[in-house]
Amino acid sequence: MRKTLIIARRELAAYFVSPMAYVIGGLFLLASALWFFHSIFIPGRQASLRPLFEAMAYILTFALPLLTMRLVADEVHTGTVETLMTAPITEAHVIVGKFLGVMGFYLALLATTLVLLVLMAIYGQPDTGVVTMGYLGMVLVGALFVSVGLFASAMTSYQLVAAIVAAGICAAMVLLPQAVIATGLAPWDRLASRLSVMMYVKDTARGVFDTRGVIFFVTTSAVFLYLSIKTMESRRWR
Amino acid sequence: MPPTNGSPMIDVKNLTKWYGPVLAVDDISFHVDRGQIVGFLGPNGAGKSTTLRILTSFLPATGGKATVAGFDVLAESMEVRRRIGYMPESVPLYGEMRVREYLTYRAALREIPRRERRAAVDRVAQRCWLSEPEDMMRRRLDQLSRGYKQRVGLADVLLHNPPVLILDEPTIGLDPAQIRAMRDLITGLAAEHTVILSSHILAEVEQTCSHLIIIAGGRIVAAGTSGELRQRVIGPNRIITEMKGAEPNVLAADVGGLDSVGDVQVQRAGNWTRLMIAANDDSDPRSAIFQLAAKKDYTIRELRREVASLEDFFVQITYEQNTQTTDQSA
Repeated sequence: MRKTLIIARRELAAYFVSPMAYVIGGLFLLASALWFFHSIFIPGRQASLRPLFEAMAYILTFALPLLTMRLVADEVHTGTVETLMTAPITEAHVIVGKFLGVMGFYLALLATTLVLLVLMAIYGQPDTGVVTMGYLGMVLVGALFVSVGLFASAMTSYQLVAAIVAAGICAAMVLLPQAVIATGLAPWDRLASRLSVMMYVKDTARGVFDTRGVIFFVTTSAVFLYLSIKTMESRRWR
Repeated sequence: MPPTNGSPMIDVKNLTKWYGPVLAVDDISFHVDRGQIVGFLGPNGAGKSTTLRILTSFLPATGGKATVAGFDVLAESMEVRRRIGYMPESVPLYGEMRVREYLTYRAALREIPRRERRAAVDRVAQRCWLSEPEDMMRRRLDQLSRGYKQRVGLADVLLHNPPVLILDEPTIGLDPAQIRAMRDLITGLAAEHTVILSSHILAEVEQTCSHLIIIAGGRIVAAGTSGELRQRVIGPNRIITEMKGAEPNVLAADVGGLDSVGDVQVQRAGNWTRLMIAANDDSDPRSAIFQLAAKKDYTIRELRREVASLEDFFVQITYEQNTQTTDQSA
């Protein structure tokens, strides 16, 4: 645990001095704010961040892979993996540590969107419970996308490849079930709705707490973290 | 089982490593005793880095067994990693970190208790000349020169005071003054650490290391102290002389008749005859040759012992490896 936190802290610190992280963070905020002013911050509309959370899930599909692409790929590319993995530390320490590190940066990023909430609170009365659930949903979907990004980053030493693979997997998880649901073919549409990232995001954005959603995000994140650890371990045998 | 005083710090038996179809390390065995500085010498692509990576348990071997400080590199990898300091060839560092920040982070990974980290970092910084100039510890790693990066890399491996240091090409990319400084530093480490370092420059290893292991094409070609190696690989003394006063074959026969002389080869050099003489065993036939020339009234313009160097030997095996690789790829 201590070693996991050591890794997490280094990773988090690296984001805060990385121009790339600020650019991606800035673009994420810009896109969120644009959406906020375009479709929410309008006199007469309901004081709800619901459309924003849904839009943010789409934005994160591409923003988080850009944030996570360097995590393992860059260590392999620059060779720091050699000093890292010859220290008394396991792949699990490294992967979980890095996961926590990115999540730290992502939470900080998410926290800046609270500005929009404050702005809204000045002109209306947003429902605290609904907003809290919405943010919980964002944290969960972020955790899933970050673990997907880590997995992709562990597969290759090319950051760009990692970003594209991660964005591809995330986009597939967001879009495919929706497409299947749209076909209306039983029983596949029901199955798809249970596996749909967006369904769960929409639930939380509405303020609905669905245990199935939480379980879905936690297990899928755990699966991708596990795959990342195994992928990183397999490096030795390649 | 931790080693007792007699057992070797590094013990390698029949180590083999295949990268897919490529054989990188071919059944090598050697051992390094406590307190030795061993130089791993070989041309590029000889299998040095691969062997060192196996010793650090970074890479698994395909076959054979290696132990460091008594622990198996595969089965007891964590114990091995606690006891080694490994500096990879390229000295990879996190560019965005600062020197002190990086060393403190590495100290934490190395399980140095929080309270002792600062002292540990200060100690290695002092030792690796990182405490001067004053702002050195606050500089970003990607802004350091090659020499300073190397020092940070070395400081890193010394942090936890490991019994075994594994340094891959520690002086590559340094300027002559830095090479000397690095060499002195490594020599100074022998008292407390067992050191294995690799290089493709013979002169450097000869000066730093008590023992040499010459590796080429994934195999150990020769091993021993530099004195032993010299004797073994260079063979008996060779004497070169140029004289005149008789026909070349007569000169060769006369010289060849001396007791201490073995084989004689003849070459014409203008009016002069050049004789290349292999001495018998360790004898030095120069004075005998001179007396012979004086007696027979031959004129000598050159009489010297050819000091064949390890360098020649090393260049030769490097050359052989290169031609072999070319053959294979052809």
